[in-house]
Amino acid sequence: MVGLRRRPHALSLRSAVASSDVAGPPLPAAAARPVGASAPKVAASAEPAVLIDGLVKRYGERTAVDGVQLRVERARVLALLGPNGAGKTTTIETCVGFRRPDAGRVRVLGLDPIADSEALRPRIGVMLQSGGVYQAARCGEMLRLVAAYAADPLDPEQLLDRLGLREVVRTPYRRLSGGQQQRLSLAMAIVGRPELVFLDEPTAGLDPQARHETWRIVESLRADGVTVVLTTHYMDEAERLADDIVIVDHGKVIATGTPAELIRGGADREIRFRAAPGLPLATLEPRLPADCVVAEPAAGTYVVAGPVDPQLVATVTAWCAERGVLVEGLQVKQRTLEDVFLELTGRELRA
Amino acid sequence: MSTAAPPVVTGQFTPNPGRAPLLRMLLAQTRMELTLIVRNGEQVLLNLIVPLGLLIVCTKIPFIEVGGERADFFVPGVLALAVMSAAFTGQAIATGFDRQYGVLKRLGATALPRTVLLGAKTAAVLVVELLQIALLCGAGIALGWHPHGDPFSVAVLIAVGTAAFCGMAFLMAGLLRAMTTLALANILWFLLLIFGGIAFPLSDLGGAADVFELLPSGALSNGLRMVLETGEVAPVHDVLILGGWAVVTLVAAAATFRWE
Repeated sequence: MVGLRRRPHALSLRSAVASSDVAGPPLPAAAARPVGASAPKVAASAEPAVLIDGLVKRYGERTAVDGVQLRVERARVLALLGPNGAGKTTTIETCVGFRRPDAGRVRVLGLDPIADSEALRPRIGVMLQSGGVYQAARCGEMLRLVAAYAADPLDPEQLLDRLGLREVVRTPYRRLSGGQQQRLSLAMAIVGRPELVFLDEPTAGLDPQARHETWRIVESLRADGVTVVLTTHYMDEAERLADDIVIVDHGKVIATGTPAELIRGGADREIRFRAAPGLPLATLEPRLPADCVVAEPAAGTYVVAGPVDPQLVATVTAWCAERGVLVEGLQVKQRTLEDVFLELTGRELRA
Repeated sequence: MSTAAPPVVTGQFTPNPGRAPLLRMLLAQTRMELTLIVRNGEQVLLNLIVPLGLLIVCTKIPFIEVGGERADFFVPGVLALAVMSAAFTGQAIATGFDRQYGVLKRLGATALPRTVLLGAKTAAVLVVELLQIALLCGAGIALGWHPHGDPFSVAVLIAVGTAAFCGMAFLMAGLLRAMTTLALANILWFLLLIFGGIAFPLSDLGGAADVFELLPSGALSNGLRMVLETGEVAPVHDVLILGGWAVVTLVAAAATFRWE
């Protein structure tokens, strides 16, 4: 572990639960700042890698991004987590200067993405969700072209090998599989030795092996001091890669924190069961230890979060038995980001 | 972090960002644009095969009446057609599809400045034009062409004509959808071929000739013919018409171009 000193907020820890229609136990508004697993090799400079303050972006009637606030310190990995249409891509596209904010302020490496575009672009790498390559260009040709834009690029041949693109090096882009196109796009994002990379859904549509290689590259990037901002709707990806997670939904930030903070939410484990909807939880609560939280996040689904021990399970089932309620699907489990997300939004991430 | 993962490899991605020298970017980008043109069968057809075929057919088969040596009339016209094919139709279609496939947007997030991108596209067109000129002049001489005039005037006309046609291409490709650009660029190519003094003398059109001479294809073929057939030096009238088209279309393109 490096640096037990308190880092300035790696993320602005806002009130975790913003919208009022959210059921379920609240997450702690601000847990003590734990030291992330990261060991930044780049001295944290005064300016954070990304600073977004009150970003609003509308497309006609629709508000894609609605007051997003976030801060990414250098040499950290931040995951923007949320369902499709949550505003993740728009946020990224604003950071790289593709979109002009309707309101709010965006600074990337201390620069304005649009006004200072010429100065910013050589310093960042961008992986878009699709396209962006000449249809007739060959895979290797395209990567070598992008490498030629940089003063001191990585060796494109090594990158092609590492990403498993060697056998398609002479294949035109339009004939690559979706996964191969994704991997080429990742290579294009990092070949110029950027200090900050934006990866929009870097593993969408990848097979497990390619997915793990992508994860290892992200881990290597961070170890080498590159700041990474990625979007994903895979919980395991965010949990594994991210130092900091920002959960977005309907264009708003609904929770921020390290994976551990978000998952813990006051408890490592939970009891989850199904029963008739609308049980009077107020009568259960007094019988639970003080640090337990009970909720019905969806009708008929109950969650008791807290330090689960055999006694707690017995208390919950006894309370149900007293009411003649048959408990179904009782499970005691480690909480995951998936559970956190469900509690925050009342729905599954990938519905 | 996962416990099963092998140790993370370090040192490979240490940041060292920076933009390559402009000339290196321009050369790399031009090479790519040129490769894509040469690899595209339709582009080769449009830029080389059609002008060459037209030159041979028009010179050998006397279905269009022209005064004097047939090759002397058709070589300048076909040169104008070749410039139009490369700088206008080919450029418009390629740029339109680059835009549709997000290439322009994607490259807009790299270190490559947009001016270098457009410069490379233009440079690639100039290289194609050199190929066309070599091929068509060679074929023309074989068909009995006797060139007059000075190469400098030809170079000026072709340079200004290329600017005018590229301006038209960027104007269309930056504004319309790729398929619309494709259709329109081909239709305009055909119309400019017919009414541009390329395949037959504009004087055949009677009083309308004055109007058609104001079209870029008319001005270019007319100017080239003045130099190459009669040995006139720098036909100011035609250079001015082409220059006017270049200024208007390039300014309009710069004002309206959408990168995605």
